[in-house]
Amino acid sequence: MAECCGGGNRLVYACSGGADVGEIADRVARKLVKTGFARPSCLAGVGGHVPGFVASATGDVVNIVIDGCSVACALKTLEQVGADMTHFVLTDMGLKKGRTPVEDAVIDRIAETIRIKSSGRVEESPASTHDGCACGGC
Amino acid sequence: MKKIQILGTGCPKCRKLTELAEKAADELGIAYELIKVTELDEIMRFGVMMTPGLAVDGEVKAAGRIPDVEEIKKMIA
Repeated sequence: MAECCGGGNRLVYACSGGADVGEIADRVARKLVKTGFARPSCLAGVGGHVPGFVASATGDVVNIVIDGCSVACALKTLEQVGADMTHFVLTDMGLKKGRTPVEDAVIDRIAETIRIKSSGRVEESPASTHDGCACGGC
Repeated sequence: MKKIQILGTGCPKCRKLTELAEKAADELGIAYELIKVTELDEIMRFGVMMTPGLAVDGEVKAAGRIPDVEEIKKMIA
């Protein structure tokens, strides 16, 4: 295990809803994690008021929240615990609910847009993906 | 006896939180046991996605930040 961390302090959440845009939200969030831009968290953990997840969401972090549509379930879940967030709605970004193919080109484009719009809120070092600690940079 | 757990793999922020938690507990004059939880899998089982984290008697009180001594006192009192 590495001695220390080297990452940013972004956590990402997706609504992961049943519609195509919900699936895209989920895959975009996973891509942001895989590319080291953000760390994963769990919307269900926050919604279930699991203390660790709530404390993580309300810590000194930037929460990136991705909703597939304007119903904004993920936003409302994070609001319940008083978390600040940067919020994205995929249907506001040009996707059509029920009419958008879940394919890599779409996921890559949305992930890149979110990455650009979310940059600058924290130091630019990417979130670490190694097995070290998960602190917000030390 | 209070069980104070510091969740983190040992980075400077984790060590700072350890120091502050000890100070807070000492100032309160309570009997406590301070445990460093350093294994990432175990930290994740607390639901803590951003360290450092502080748990008291098994319940997470803070994560992803370093509370000051006065706030920690309220958490462990």
